[in-house]
Amino acid sequence: MSAFDLGPVMVAAGCGGTGRELAAYCGPDGLDGLDLVTRSITLDARAGGPGPRIEEVPGGLVNAVGLPNPGLEHFLATELPWLVRAGARVIVSIAGATMGEYADLARRLSRAPGVAGLEVNVGAPDEVGVGLFEVREPYHSASVIAAVRREFPVDRPVLAKLRPDVSRIVEGARSCHEAGATAVVVGNAVPAAFTDGRSGGLSGPAVAPVALRCVTEVHRALPELPVIGCGGVHDVRSANAYLDAGATSVQVGTALLHDPTTVARLRAHFATPRHVSTQEDR
Amino acid sequence: MAEVQGPVHVEAEVVATKRIGGYRHLTLTAPGVPERFRAGNFVAVTVEGHVARRALWVHRVRASSSFGPTLDVVVESRGAGTAWLAAQPVGTRLALTGPLGRPFALPKDAVSCLLVGEGYAAAPLFPLAERLRERGCGVSLVVSAPDEARLLAALEARRSARSVTVITADGSVGQRGTVADHVDDLLRRSDADVVYAAGPTAVLRAAAGAAERAGAWSQVAVEVPTPCGTGLCHGCPLPVVGEDGVDRVVRACADGPVVRGDRVRWGAV
Ligand SMILES: Cc1cc2nc3c(=O)[nH]c(=O)nc-3n(C[C@H](O)[C@H](O)[C@H](O)COP(=O)(O)OP(=O)(O)OC[C@H]3O[C@@H](n4cnc5c(N)ncnc54)[C@H](O)[C@@H]3O)c2cc1C
Ligand SMILES: Cc1cc2nc3c(=O)[nH]c(=O)nc-3n(C[C@H](O)[C@H](O)[C@H](O)COP(=O)(O)O)c2cc1C
Ligand code: FES
Repeated sequence: MSAFDLGPVMVAAGCGGTGRELAAYCGPDGLDGLDLVTRSITLDARAGGPGPRIEEVPGGLVNAVGLPNPGLEHFLATELPWLVRAGARVIVSIAGATMGEYADLARRLSRAPGVAGLEVNVGAPDEVGVGLFEVREPYHSASVIAAVRREFPVDRPVLAKLRPDVSRIVEGARSCHEAGATAVVVGNAVPAAFTDGRSGGLSGPAVAPVALRCVTEVHRALPELPVIGCGGVHDVRSANAYLDAGATSVQVGTALLHDPTTVARLRAHFATPRHVSTQEDR
Repeated sequence: MAEVQGPVHVEAEVVATKRIGGYRHLTLTAPGVPERFRAGNFVAVTVEGHVARRALWVHRVRASSSFGPTLDVVVESRGAGTAWLAAQPVGTRLALTGPLGRPFALPKDAVSCLLVGEGYAAAPLFPLAERLRERGCGVSLVVSAPDEARLLAALEARRSARSVTVITADGSVGQRGTVADHVDDLLRRSDADVVYAAGPTAVLRAAAGAAERAGAWSQVAVEVPTPCGTGLCHGCPLPVVGEDGVDRVVRACADGPVVRGDRVRWGAV
């Protein structure tokens, strides 16, 4: 599978629950054929951060969920088989504290039946706070991608998910591409703070213009690299903005928390060959 | 035919609105939701201009009315979202998802039950009392509130409850004090095997504690801020002890909101 085989609309990491909860809002076919990125999975189980984990702000949310997940083993034993049975194309998001952890995760996931691809979370808004491998320079993310790529079959995609920081995004995308990333996901929650000062990440419609600028620059500089736009997609128009800027797909996160049917509606819309924006599209 | 289960995301419409004391009672049509409802479920509604959803207990469902099936919610206007909701006139349409969460578990036998609720959060105990009565359970209902204005009218519950006790913090009506002050005594007098509680953490904790001391089961309906309400965001942490004795953090909206009282790690909530 090349990145171009990914559907135009995907579920963004951490915004689809375990997948089961989402199925109720996806119509009669449920998750069948849906490109679903799991919440980031770590080697060991993580309880996640203390509450309140999410604060509402105009146009979005600030979150510090803290990557709660049951750990790789439990995920492989329970959540993954369920998703595969439901027919989802499962892209597993992985997060690690060291390069060794990333490599381990990739190796073990490469053997698990039904893993369509990996997404490497190298742009978390508060990686230090949650104990992730710190990505300050493009070569940091590139080394992680290279380590993952070595362990994961070449015929399946490895997506590098980058922070939408316009001053570094082209460099970051280029080094991940050179390190073997099949495509880049441009857009994660933007580093932000809760009103009480805790670190978090801003997501939702408020961040769309930021990620859109990044997508535009990456596509302009690296037209051969597939780019997946992520940040604030909530309707046809916001999805088309990314596609018009050169993205091959979009991911939907926060909008699902606001309206769990968003992905089903967007998929139905984009099921017909690539739409040209018209006045009626809202 | 498709089974009638699982939540739906629909357009609801306000068909009646009424101020009762300090609360606003809204009657809504929400196709498919009343039919699927079980006591302890909640709904998530969209508030204009806000990304996060607002969770509301379901106070009552009617299988039929001149509007078709309806559900009632009780809104206490506090912040932006609840203030907006309370101000909506008849005819307002809003996106609603439900029924959500795990409902109250019902006893297999016709045992006696103590139901303890405070403020608007006592709402889910009313449909619960009806279901329990249908099963032949003796129901003792305790409704508490800071003051009379925020006391959820217990009048209609007299049909399903064998006794109704009212507690207000200021003593404006019923017994003065808090649930914690009275719950052990009320449990002893009701001789209940099961305690159901809904309200702020202090009320749930007191009820769960009393149940444990008396050797009764307890089921508590927790309220943790629920940004999505649908289980998608993991933003509603509830610290519990699992069946296996291992500490876990679960999602209040999807793994709750009703959980066994003895499973909650109250100190960490
Ligand atoms: C399962 C459940 C059932 C509920 N049932 C009812 C009900 O029947 N009637 C009623 O009036 N209220 C109910 N609430 C509380 C209600 O959802 C919150 O008070 C409301 O979300 C606060 O929103 P606001 O916009 O008025 O306040 P704001 O202060 O403007 O809210 C800001 C943000 O904080 C969140 N928040 C703040 N306090 C709470 C809280 N106590 N619980 C949940 N989220 C909170 C909001 O969702 C919002 O994202 C329920 C909450 C839960 C979790
Ligand atoms: C509640 C929540 C949880 C998230 N969890 C993850 C995660 O586990 N891994 C990850 O790479 N991104 C995670 N994200 C980021 C989203 O996948 C997405 O990149 C970001 O929110 C921007 O897109 P959006 O505006 O559509 O939400 C999370 C976002 C939110 C709001
Ligand atoms: S509120 Fe989003 S998972 Fe519970």
